[in-house]
Amino acid sequence: MAVSEGRRRRYSLLTRRDKLVLALMVGIPVFFDLALIWGPTIVSILLSFTNWKGIGGISASNIVGLKNYESLFTVYPFFWSALRNNLLWLVFFLVIATPLGMFLAVLLDREIRGSRLYQTAFYLPVVLSLAVVGFIWELQYAPEQGFINNVLGRTGQGSLIDWLGDPSLNIWAVLVAASWRHVGYIMVLYLAGLKSVDPVLREAAAIDGANARQTFFRVVFPVMQPINIVIVVVTMIESLRAFDIAYIINRGKNGLELLSTLITNNSISEANLVGFGSAIAVVLLVISLGPIVIYLTRMLREEAT
Amino acid sequence: MANTDTPRPPSSATSGTPNLTRRDVLKGIAGVAGVASVPTLLAACGTGASPSAAPSSAAPSGAPSVAPSSAAPIGGITLGSNYSDQVPKDAMQAIADAFTKETGLTVKINTVDHGTFQDQISSYLGGRPDDVFTWFSGYRMRFFAAQGLATPIDDVWAKVGSNYSDAFKVGSTGDDGHQYFIPIYNYPWAVFYRKSLFQEKGYTIPATLDELKALGDKMKRDGLIPIAFGDKDGWPAMGTFDILNLRLNGYDFHVGLMAGKEKWTDPRVKTVFQTWNDLLPYHQEGAPGRTWQDAAQALVQKKAGMYLLGMFVSQQFKASSEADLADLDFFPFPNLGTPYDAEKALDAPIDGFMIAKNSPTLAQDLDGAKAFMEFLAQGSTQIIFVTADPGNVAAAKDADTSGYNPLQKKAVELIGSAQKITQFLDRDTRPDFAGANGMQSFLLDFLKTPDQDLDAFLGKIQGFWDTLV
Repeated sequence: MAVSEGRRRRYSLLTRRDKLVLALMVGIPVFFDLALIWGPTIVSILLSFTNWKGIGGISASNIVGLKNYESLFTVYPFFWSALRNNLLWLVFFLVIATPLGMFLAVLLDREIRGSRLYQTAFYLPVVLSLAVVGFIWELQYAPEQGFINNVLGRTGQGSLIDWLGDPSLNIWAVLVAASWRHVGYIMVLYLAGLKSVDPVLREAAAIDGANARQTFFRVVFPVMQPINIVIVVVTMIESLRAFDIAYIINRGKNGLELLSTLITNNSISEANLVGFGSAIAVVLLVISLGPIVIYLTRMLREEAT
Repeated sequence: MANTDTPRPPSSATSGTPNLTRRDVLKGIAGVAGVASVPTLLAACGTGASPSAAPSSAAPSGAPSVAPSSAAPIGGITLGSNYSDQVPKDAMQAIADAFTKETGLTVKINTVDHGTFQDQISSYLGGRPDDVFTWFSGYRMRFFAAQGLATPIDDVWAKVGSNYSDAFKVGSTGDDGHQYFIPIYNYPWAVFYRKSLFQEKGYTIPATLDELKALGDKMKRDGLIPIAFGDKDGWPAMGTFDILNLRLNGYDFHVGLMAGKEKWTDPRVKTVFQTWNDLLPYHQEGAPGRTWQDAAQALVQKKAGMYLLGMFVSQQFKASSEADLADLDFFPFPNLGTPYDAEKALDAPIDGFMIAKNSPTLAQDLDGAKAFMEFLAQGSTQIIFVTADPGNVAAAKDADTSGYNPLQKKAVELIGSAQKITQFLDRDTRPDFAGANGMQSFLLDFLKTPDQDLDAFLGKIQGFWDTLV
């Protein structure tokens, strides 16, 4: 034993101490990754095949197979609207909020007068938690006391606009509120990227006779490729984890259903349908895996080349 | 939870001061923010192990959890309280102090925001709960008793039983026939109005549905909203459903429906929604986006003539001024011309206390906890509470009602005259059925499109029920 170990040590580039350090450096993160991410994920998937109510142990009689998924896709009236709202959120952010944030960043990058002030103003909502944002906008949208209806003069019987109560309207009202914060977030990310673009590139483009628009789209935007990817990923994550505003406003019902609020209302509310909530969580997980896989494969491919 | 607010089942209404929602929202923020960060894996986080084996995982969210009680001081008990608003919180403390003074036993109160408390009740009771906890009568009580999470207190009831009417005893009894619950107060749901407004305009109290509609027409002509309404929180509309169903179809049908013995597709349920539809033109518009507090303000400001709500509506009047509170009055919901009018049934939800089963300190505290329950069953204790929050009336017979305000006196009379008492839709049926993504959503859907195909609508409700059982 001692001999073979000694021999191996002779051929190894690493000392025993190095190996120990390496093992710890790899082992501890792997342990936490397994325990805190993969463990709960797998338990969630397993729970989605049960009707466990969160009380007592789980026995064989709790296993219901695919019944949760079946009722989720067929009978449960809130699943499809939640899925639709999540996708709407994603599209709205990708098409409107994120480009708006990038546009503001480009404007502020031009060192216009008072740009610090604008920067602060746009960024201010980002430091607020979405729950606070929801609360602020709730007051704006309130039917009689709210700022918006009072400005529009639509507070009386017959003319009232029920911003948060009308299921065909409230998701848009909430998207505006969520974008209010998201735009500032994207702006700051993008502004940081713009600041790091080598000014020589712009100079060269100007010498070549490019106008501001051409400079941005032909030179700056392609150079910003890594930041662009980060921004797309951030937007997707923000859309999929959308939760706080809808939950604060009405716990995610009446047109504001989201997958995340359905999970919460089913799993950790008094209802305690842990199994059913887990099934919704698994659906959200599968949807989330899409962008994650795309992102990771891109990253790995870039590293490989 | 918070909710948030947030957003509250009716129990939330029982305690607290005006502007409950706004304050609650702020309170819930910490919790919601924590919850929000990991929505995908939420379901798994708290449930990886059986709750009793892993107390630390019992509170699944990052929310301000219902903290496991640390060891109680010797000669004391712990109390998990959902009275998180200042007025009832102070009242709870006053009750605890009075108990300590009388018995020398200390009461360590562990107050949790009531939305959070309700959301986490299962993991709380399955984990390391306090000795005694605040809770509600009805299905919500029987459910946890049936799960073996509450300690039967038949011996306490043997001592205090004579201090309660039969209705309260029924409301405290689990499915197995044992008592698990000590009521401290309840409050009626009725139609509230301002005496001065009725006097000024010469309105009279409607006794029938037709009179109610005629009064509504008159109010409209006078530029008033006949019936104030706000259903943003999802539960207030249940009060309207309950009273219509009780008057049209009777107590027995209502109870059967709540228990799943009757079907939602029954034509009798359809008549409830048809009658409701006839009344909707008299209701305040935009109810789905309005909180009950804002709807109550319409009544306070004399913009609306009537409001069907629980007596906690008085909080909004009290906050406005004592004169406004003195001007507030109510009448029972009008008769609908059915044989069930005679039952005079109404929602009068009961709040109270239970002893948890899994409390780690219960073995040494059980006698103290039972003594505390007996103390809570005394009228003098309950008066402390209902004096602080006069939207309620004491449950015990020996409560000294001489200090009641006129509203409270009338409430005692109204509840006393009812032959049948129900709790409230979300207290009388399964929480998973009544919740935000359940009955609350269905009723909001009805309010949005009252003219929809009711058979299809009721079919959806029954289909949802069937997935749960």
